[in-house]
Amino acid sequence: MKFTLSWLKRHLDTQATPEQIAHRLTMLGLEVESLKDPAAGLTGFIVGHVLEAAPHPNADRLRLCKVATGQGSLEVVCGAPNARAGLKVALAIPGVVIPSTGEVLKAGSVRGVMSQGMMCSSRELLLGDDHAGIIELPASAPVGAPLASVLQLDPLFDVAITPNRADCLGVRGIARDLAAAGVGRLKPLVIEPVKGSFKSPIGVSLDFPAGAESACPLFVGRTIRGVRNGESPQWLKDWLTGIGLRPISALVDITNYITMDCARPLHVFDLRRVSGNIRARLGRSGETLAALNGKTYELDETMTVIADDARPLALAGVIGGEASGVGADTTDLFLEVALFDPQRIAATGRNLAAESDARYRFERGVDPAFVLPAAELASRMIIELCGGEASQIVQAGTVPDQRTRLTFHPGRVARIGGIEVAEPKMCQILEGLGCEVDSAAAPWAVTTPSWRADLTAEHDLVEEVIRVYGYDEIPTLSMPRPDVVRPVLTSSQRRSSWVRRGLASRGMVETVTWSFLPSARAALFGGGKPELVLSNPISSDLDAMRPSLLPNLLVAAGHNADRGLRDVALFELGPQFDGDRPEDQTAVAAGLRAGRHAERHWGEPARAVDLFDAKADALAAVAAAGGPADSLVVYAESAPWYHPGRSGCLKLGSKLVARFGEIHPAVLTALDVKGPAVGFELFLDALPLPRAKATKAKTLLKLSPFQPIERDFAFVLDRDIPAETVVKAARGADKILISEVAVFDRYEGPHVGEGKKSLAIQVTLQPVDRTPTDADIEAVAAKVVAAVVKATGGALRA
Amino acid sequence: MSIADLDRIRAQAVEAIAASADLEALEQQRVSLLGKKGSVTALMKELGGMGPDERRAAGQALNVLKDAVAAALDARKAVLDAVALDERLARERVDVTLTVRPEQLGRIHPISQTIDEVVAIFGQMGFAVAEGPDIEDDFHNFTALNFPPGHPARLMHDTFFLPEKPDGSRLLLRTHTSPVQVRTMLKQKPPIRVIIPGRTYRCDSDMTHTPMFHQVEGLVIDHSTNMAHLKGCLIEFVKTYFEVDEVPVRFRPSFFPFTEPSAEVDIGCSRAGGELKIGAGADWLEILGCGMVHPNVLRNCGIDPSEYQGFAFGMGIERIAMLKYGIPDLRTFFESDLRWLRHYGFVPLDVPTLTGGLAR
Repeated sequence: MKFTLSWLKRHLDTQATPEQIAHRLTMLGLEVESLKDPAAGLTGFIVGHVLEAAPHPNADRLRLCKVATGQGSLEVVCGAPNARAGLKVALAIPGVVIPSTGEVLKAGSVRGVMSQGMMCSSRELLLGDDHAGIIELPASAPVGAPLASVLQLDPLFDVAITPNRADCLGVRGIARDLAAAGVGRLKPLVIEPVKGSFKSPIGVSLDFPAGAESACPLFVGRTIRGVRNGESPQWLKDWLTGIGLRPISALVDITNYITMDCARPLHVFDLRRVSGNIRARLGRSGETLAALNGKTYELDETMTVIADDARPLALAGVIGGEASGVGADTTDLFLEVALFDPQRIAATGRNLAAESDARYRFERGVDPAFVLPAAELASRMIIELCGGEASQIVQAGTVPDQRTRLTFHPGRVARIGGIEVAEPKMCQILEGLGCEVDSAAAPWAVTTPSWRADLTAEHDLVEEVIRVYGYDEIPTLSMPRPDVVRPVLTSSQRRSSWVRRGLASRGMVETVTWSFLPSARAALFGGGKPELVLSNPISSDLDAMRPSLLPNLLVAAGHNADRGLRDVALFELGPQFDGDRPEDQTAVAAGLRAGRHAERHWGEPARAVDLFDAKADALAAVAAAGGPADSLVVYAESAPWYHPGRSGCLKLGSKLVARFGEIHPAVLTALDVKGPAVGFELFLDALPLPRAKATKAKTLLKLSPFQPIERDFAFVLDRDIPAETVVKAARGADKILISEVAVFDRYEGPHVGEGKKSLAIQVTLQPVDRTPTDADIEAVAAKVVAAVVKATGGALRA
Repeated sequence: MSIADLDRIRAQAVEAIAASADLEALEQQRVSLLGKKGSVTALMKELGGMGPDERRAAGQALNVLKDAVAAALDARKAVLDAVALDERLARERVDVTLTVRPEQLGRIHPISQTIDEVVAIFGQMGFAVAEGPDIEDDFHNFTALNFPPGHPARLMHDTFFLPEKPDGSRLLLRTHTSPVQVRTMLKQKPPIRVIIPGRTYRCDSDMTHTPMFHQVEGLVIDHSTNMAHLKGCLIEFVKTYFEVDEVPVRFRPSFFPFTEPSAEVDIGCSRAGGELKIGAGADWLEILGCGMVHPNVLRNCGIDPSEYQGFAFGMGIERIAMLKYGIPDLRTFFESDLRWLRHYGFVPLDVPTLTGGLAR
């Protein structure tokens, strides 16, 4: 919403500076997005009077002028063609800042002659585009006066209006808020009705099916004949131009003026283009309207139109029709002022993508009590500016009463706002906004004004008092603190944090990627269910909710590789979506490594990432989460997006906790990512939450005084026997003595035969109560061999 | 054998030992002196053919000789050992300017780090952390939050919708974290103090908007919390988060359907020289929206507004991260560019705390 200071002052009697007004507006919730004050840059500029203008001795195009400043005179060299004796000019004296360059003016020599000042063009002062010559001030301008005082400068405000403040979409509403806040006095708006001298040849009616009457509850009109639709007077053109509107013709400018002044859109039809009577009715499928903006709209039954006996003339509350619009040759017109249903206007405008100042105001709601006054105001302006004579008013429907009668407990201001406001002050604020207040009653009885449909309950009044009184006046109180600060994170929140920092400690870099991805990509990872595809995605690349975190990480790895960063270790914590119910959203930690495990080094050979990197990441993530890492069982089964022979999963009982492995080559190809790439997915919600413990004490540490003993064994096994089977069998051979079993070597080749492998394990014995004898150790070793042979069908390697 | 003979032998031996150039030569000397066939050993053997008195005297003298030779051998060995060690060490010299074996320390994304900072600050004020689903329904995202039926956000404007169900309803991606306010109030009786960080979605994409972003929401409901507390709470947050002692904070009236009175909060900043500095300055920078929870919202969540009241606020995580850490472009948060992540990310040991400091 734009307006100039002089327009505001038409409604507001104030001495406040533009800056003061802007500050107050912002603090009233009418946020000033910009204040352009042309005078702000003119400090130090004065009115000069050219006494003499002689040719420059050394330059044909320059003139040497003697310019009176009111306190003497200066020698000024000037190149403007219009610099001449007798002219009153905009004079810059050394020390002032030239607005167009931001530089301080200094006296200096121009072609060998000292110039002690500068006479400025409009462009140099940022007052316009004119640079053909210097500004020519009126001859009456007093010499030496501040330049700003003799220019018609009008500061321009641009204010963001929140959707609840329809009344401030007109300058008068803004003036009212300022007056309520003590920035001046609201001038009365006196509208002298225009007496109709004849009966309108055109009648109006509301023609709606039952149930749709709310589309237009009130329609007022009047015929005015004998007008001359010329150009608007200069003041009106200046005002409209000042806020960025293009003057068109007096009749159109008047409607625009009232829209901006009173937030009251209205419309005029050329009577020659109207056949029969005018009615407001619903549109009909098949009807079209060629509108004033050059576009043709297809109408339907959800829209309200203004129509004559033959056809629609205008899209009600949105835009007029081209055919029935007024032009330079218009002599007789019909004025329309009506009320329309905001929701219907909003829907119509949205469906047709039709923006207009009228729609903007109607969809937020206009003042229903201002329909008749607006008709009179428009009539008066038309007759004043265009001549003509007005018919009597024709009206269909009645003025709805939008005022609300509320009770108001003044004490609630302190209770909600934490601020003490004197009761007379509250009363003054509410009355300033247009409320009728009976403060003698307890609680107060308040009637809201017709233009404030947003005031519907007591708390709305509380807000108004606090808002106008000023948020700056609210004191600042500390929140009462808990006596003892306790952890506020839940177990699962803490767990996520541990996993995040745990993975980062392993060299992985956390990223955050979209929750959506292309459907085709989702399908590769078991997703793409129709209920998880967005109806209105931002692009087809982002249309499906992600079924896994891996595809985005893979694509990220590809993008980094394109930038020359091929060794990638990324992870993300975030949601994946298996369905559209809240419980279908699961928290996942996923990681991806691609390229080499580490950069090349002079001391160690480089190696590509492999599934054991991903498995290590998965196990580390479980451990970081405080999960029961020891109880996890590894299975050689995973999901279709992994290499079927190089992937696995971790389970707790039957519950899937994590998957890991090499990414399926076909998936890499589909995502255009170069391998090798390995990844893991940890399903955080599948991990049991740690039990709340009564004490934070750790279990007592019992250290054995006896040295551990290590024994190595090698077995020849079928190639497909999992190492886990061997380790488990060995560990189970003596649950007391054996503390650890680790695979330390693996061999396949001619020494063990086709389809076989050799697996070597180190078994650690931890004696508990005495140093074992050789016989004890041999006995355990025999048990280990027997258990492994039994579990695997293999043999101790000779 | 006279004493003089022994002295001569000793002098010769000591001289020979001292002349041994290396450990090998020294060992030869040892063998030739003290070995089985060594010259000193041979002298010792002669003791057996002597009378008792003579043997005692000669024995003592020989022992002195033997000890002296042994001591000379040991001394020379120590010297030669040291020389050998020096030589070995010289041989073992490596180029210490070579690089160490590769190690990688990962990074925490600025969004996660900022959320941790926010949680640390509000946690100390007694706020718990609440969470909710990203896929929401109309009730939690709009209706319960007092959005009027025709509100643009409810329509195809900037809300992502999932397909329409047979009953005509359609789920959506939450446009703010506020639905978790509703879920919290429906589940928990006041007093309530929660913050709600999370992913949010709007159908908008340009220089300063991404279709997904993060918010943190705050909610306080009890018998007496009012706007003065709201101001106190958020001013404290701003000072703590930005780690500046004084920062001008401005509460400016605004409008949100779910709060009344509502405010937008600006902080003072300076943009002198194109560099943004939080703190004193001529400019204002909007950082969050807030207000007293609208009575209709309380009512919709089964809380009696005549008994309970409180405030809510919401801010963009990326925005406050950009402001604090000077990150210029919102879109880069989601590009997974390793160069960006390594530069703007945080090392995992930098866990923000109020005692140790939020940021290095």
